[in-house]
Amino acid sequence: MRLRVFTTSHRALGILYLLLALVAVIAGTLLSLIMRLHRIWPDLAVPFFGTIKPEGYLALVTMHGTLMIFFVLTTAPQIGFANLVLPEQIGARGMAFPRLNAAAFWLTALALLVLLAAFFVPQGAPISGWTSYPPLSAVASAGPGEGAGMDLWLASIAIFCLASWLGAVNMLVTILGERRAGMTWSRLPMTVWAWLVTSILTLLVFSVLLAAIILLFSDRHFGSSFFVPRGDLVNGHIVGHGDGSPLLWLHLFWFFGHPEVYIAVLPGMGLATSLFANFARRRVAGYRVMAAMLVAIGLLGLVVWGHHMFVSGMNPYAGTAFALTTMAIAVPSTVEALGWLTILWGGRLRLRTPMLFALGFLSFFIAGGLTGPILAQPALDAYLHNTFFVVAHFHLVMAMAGVFSIFAGIYYWFPLISGRMMNESLGKLHFWITLIAAYGTFFPMHFSGLAGEPRHYERLAGPVTSFSAIAANERGITFSALLLASAQLIFLWNIFTSVRRGRVAEANPWEATTLEWAPEMGRGRVERGPYEYEIPANETIFHPQWELASKQE
Amino acid sequence: MPLRVTLLEAVRVAWMPSNGALHGPALDVLMRWNLIALCLCFLVAHVWLIAAILRRWKSKPATAPKALPWLILTALCAMYVWMAVTSQRLWANSRFAGPAPAAMQVEVVGEQFQWYFRYPGEDAAFGVTRPELVNAAEGNPLGLDGRDARGKDDVVSSVLVLPVGREVDLRLRSLDVIHGFFIPGMRLKENAVPGLVLHVHFTPSVIGTYPILCSQVCGSGHARMQAMLSVVSQAEFQAWLAARERTRIQEGAP
Repeated sequence: MRLRVFTTSHRALGILYLLLALVAVIAGTLLSLIMRLHRIWPDLAVPFFGTIKPEGYLALVTMHGTLMIFFVLTTAPQIGFANLVLPEQIGARGMAFPRLNAAAFWLTALALLVLLAAFFVPQGAPISGWTSYPPLSAVASAGPGEGAGMDLWLASIAIFCLASWLGAVNMLVTILGERRAGMTWSRLPMTVWAWLVTSILTLLVFSVLLAAIILLFSDRHFGSSFFVPRGDLVNGHIVGHGDGSPLLWLHLFWFFGHPEVYIAVLPGMGLATSLFANFARRRVAGYRVMAAMLVAIGLLGLVVWGHHMFVSGMNPYAGTAFALTTMAIAVPSTVEALGWLTILWGGRLRLRTPMLFALGFLSFFIAGGLTGPILAQPALDAYLHNTFFVVAHFHLVMAMAGVFSIFAGIYYWFPLISGRMMNESLGKLHFWITLIAAYGTFFPMHFSGLAGEPRHYERLAGPVTSFSAIAANERGITFSALLLASAQLIFLWNIFTSVRRGRVAEANPWEATTLEWAPEMGRGRVERGPYEYEIPANETIFHPQWELASKQE
Repeated sequence: MPLRVTLLEAVRVAWMPSNGALHGPALDVLMRWNLIALCLCFLVAHVWLIAAILRRWKSKPATAPKALPWLILTALCAMYVWMAVTSQRLWANSRFAGPAPAAMQVEVVGEQFQWYFRYPGEDAAFGVTRPELVNAAEGNPLGLDGRDARGKDDVVSSVLVLPVGREVDLRLRSLDVIHGFFIPGMRLKENAVPGLVLHVHFTPSVIGTYPILCSQVCGSGHARMQAMLSVVSQAEFQAWLAARERTRIQEGAP
């Protein structure tokens, strides 16, 4: 299909969103590789950067996190994939507000440009991490990059908040109002349930983030003191004149920041459910339970933010309360994982590339999810907080699970977009190297964390510590990260060649049941559930949602 | 033999640094059991996953017993409850209850990119500090107010020296931005937040030196913001503190 730039077609916008995420993920990955190289060879001169200064390293961390979390993991699986297939999956003609949809994309692109511009202003990008804790982020003299760079960061995320609202309103109205006749709640594909939950979460939490950003901007430029306490002394000057509290920012930020994780990973959970059903040729046992658990995870996700703050100075009794809500969220997550394992157990698995990546998603979801209950315990978190153990945890459960769900979606919907199949052999090669290198990169970080190594350290050897015991571990992580990044060239090559010369896809190449694969978009009633595969009877029999129920009986 | 030694080394490297605090052993046991339990869950889930993949070659499709997932779910929920309860006990011991009245008071002050430790002196009271008086070059890094008599005998050190076996009540502050006060060997971490005075208490139980790190990104010198905790015998501690007191009185300032 031809891609027009100023388009209001939801599918074209979906592709644009994915391309934007691709730009962000390439930038974010390159930044992380420079960080990894610097950690094992601190004096190495990197092209374009030279020798990395301490503030340069922190700028890399900040920009890596911001790019990956906002512009890749929030963008691609949610609004990107939803634009590709959501209207078709519910039998709608299109998104409810096509022009709003286009505006949302262009705002997102603007936000990305503003963020990347932070590299090119005097003193460079901000160094306060993607969480931007004040007063470091509130006072320009607190460090290099906290001046113009931080202003650009704030502007970028504020624009991103607006874009996310528009996208979420559009998705929500589409799901609530544009479903085809007969597309009842229990006939929605699980992806739609996930998008429903994430769009509600987006509306709730990005509002709070935007408010927090405006308050912080006001502290920086209009002399207010929401986050800066009285008498705060930065760089020889007293900057605190009101009675602000840095803890207020932590509460506001993490009220956004934790649900944000679910915004990134819930669409992957929905997609994994669909793919497991499809490639195992099985119905989803306990469909209602699985859907309810997605909603439960979303709702519980709103009341667990305090587990990021056990050692922040928050009241220790509040720590206990947040520990319990966090532990509670393990229950619906466990139900989901067991539900998937149950689908897989009785199925006749077709191990095509999308399925492999969905299985990889499940593997990372389990691997990263299981350290959740450890970090949910304030006593243990009081040792592990802000160490590499946490870095390992969220890179497995959010980043790798999220990225594997993105890969699964791209391999799966590629024929829908391009009319061609992606190369299976290259896909499988890509999967296996990525899986092994991802574990090789992120699993050993648990050991660095247990050894006590904090995050955001630009070098291992400090005035009183050497961390020499984990130097070999760190080298292994860096080499594995290099392999992980290079394996993605296989993926890019596969996309590049398959778009032009891939095998032409037949109609419904995966023998799927959901409506995006329907041969024509008539206005017939939907009379079937989303996953009517008949594996106990016959693996070739399945009933797509566009088939009428009467045909069979 | 060498192989066994190497393996032991590897396990030791992959574990936490040796513990020197009274509350540490219980926490280490909890950490170990948690990690073992969750590693087992990881392995079982992956065996299940791989078995499901291999089963597809069998001709006869099978259905798993319906009750099995619910049994596993119940077992896992029981494990989560066990984790929450056992761990809450440790948390409550260290954070809900305050220190014993006899605990030694030490103030910890973080600033970019340095830790300072202040001992209240013989009057057991800290003198008033004012940010506008902070002047590290003139020997007053914390801004002690000379008009306050309680501050006359306060000792400010860049090394944290503590007597073994005595509970210490740390009073955490920050002058500028949020810092993270982290002693891996004492299994202790709490942020130092500007505008707040936060208390944590613990008892060092093993003589030795332990690195103190900053665990919350605080600016360009974050990775260099480290100090040393030195746990010494009671007698050594008294001698050290007395020597510091004498110097302090002789200097007289501020």
